[in-house]
Amino acid sequence: MTPGFRELRDQLARLCNKISRQVQIMEVCGTHTTSAYRNGLHAMLPENLRLVSGPGCPVCVTPQRHIDAAIELAAENDVMIATYGDMMRVPGRLGSLEKLRARGARVHVVSSARSALQIARDEPAASVAFLGIGFETTAPATAATVLEAERDGIENFSVLMCHKLVVPAMLALLEAGDVPLDGFLCPGHVSVITGAEAYRPVVQRHAKPCVIAGFEPQQILLGLVHLLQCVQSGRARLENVYRAVVGDMGNRAALDLMQRVFVTADTPWRAIGVIPQSGLELAPGYHRFDAVRRFSLTLGEDEDHPACLCGQVIQGKAEPAECPLFDHGCTPLSPIGPCMVSSEGTCAAWYKYNRSAKALRDLPQSQEVSG
Amino acid sequence: MCLAIPGRIIECRGDEALVDFHGNRLEISKIMTPDAAPGDWVLVHAGFSICTIDKHDALETWGYLQQASASETDEPVSDLAGRSVPKLGGTP
Repeated sequence: MTPGFRELRDQLARLCNKISRQVQIMEVCGTHTTSAYRNGLHAMLPENLRLVSGPGCPVCVTPQRHIDAAIELAAENDVMIATYGDMMRVPGRLGSLEKLRARGARVHVVSSARSALQIARDEPAASVAFLGIGFETTAPATAATVLEAERDGIENFSVLMCHKLVVPAMLALLEAGDVPLDGFLCPGHVSVITGAEAYRPVVQRHAKPCVIAGFEPQQILLGLVHLLQCVQSGRARLENVYRAVVGDMGNRAALDLMQRVFVTADTPWRAIGVIPQSGLELAPGYHRFDAVRRFSLTLGEDEDHPACLCGQVIQGKAEPAECPLFDHGCTPLSPIGPCMVSSEGTCAAWYKYNRSAKALRDLPQSQEVSG
Repeated sequence: MCLAIPGRIIECRGDEALVDFHGNRLEISKIMTPDAAPGDWVLVHAGFSICTIDKHDALETWGYLQQASASETDEPVSDLAGRSVPKLGGTP
């Protein structure tokens, strides 16, 4: 059973006291990001412990060129787009899918890749492209849906592949060496699929501890306690405090689906650039379901807003409030960068849960007393 | 986006399953959890069960989602399609 909140907080304080230097841990899961902000965890961490967000929000790491490709499909190829809701408001060079739908394009929000396939099944005269977004939690669902399309002979269905893999991004961050990191709090439900052992290269190659934790606040604190124990002892270990659902080797059936339908590929990440073998593409036997090939799309370059710091935020190099656009033009109602669009984006979580807390902390002493 | 929700399998037909989420019933694919059977609790993500889960852990997760939902005044917990997760009832 997970220890209580107060006990975990006290353990963290004791550990940080012993370590007596600045410690920086990165979470690479949008669900962790949101949960930590929602529950005010940042505010209760010891002063020398900092929890920063990494590239764990699927919407935030998807480069603009894929949004542009989806918009091009709908606007110029008369293709019906089916997408998870999070992608609707991400701005591309020519606006967002939401704005395109308002102008009459056929853009459907779906909660499952299979719903996109059902649309294709119901409308055989239409061409339906599904935006394959997300990490290992979501990718096997896309793989299973492609197999279903093949089995049922649904040829008017295709996928715009944007799926990404978590571990290559973690390795790339460490290899770049721009961000001082003492360890990773690893995602829970991604790890259900990958298994805990997927993080072994991070521990072995870079001597950074990795701890898998669930998304409840106690789980996050427990994960941090285990990470700090590693830091204090100087031993990089791979640990799993979410054994209720995460095994060492992952979900074999899901991994088999991915292996059958996808191949790994060098893939662009927003503002980070191309990370070797960090994404998934359809295997040659399934190329006919690839929207880029079917419609001869050319993925262009990204033209992110020059002042937007999303690229820095998803690498733990900047906090949302350091962005000149944060709350000055970029808000959840009118987002400029993807980190403000997605409910799992660091900027959206910061805006919603941390903005007023930070304003209070930053108040001059004289103003603090009244009230 | 990578958050999976616990539910209980009501019935199975091949790779398909009907899952109860505290009163809301949805058809899902159980192709990734081929051994899951009626009565089992599963974590469901994007219309697919990704693992089986102990009942106690499933209910604990529901409890947290309920708290998170209650703490949201202007934005309830939502699924991938942006639909609100229903207010959760008591322990089934």
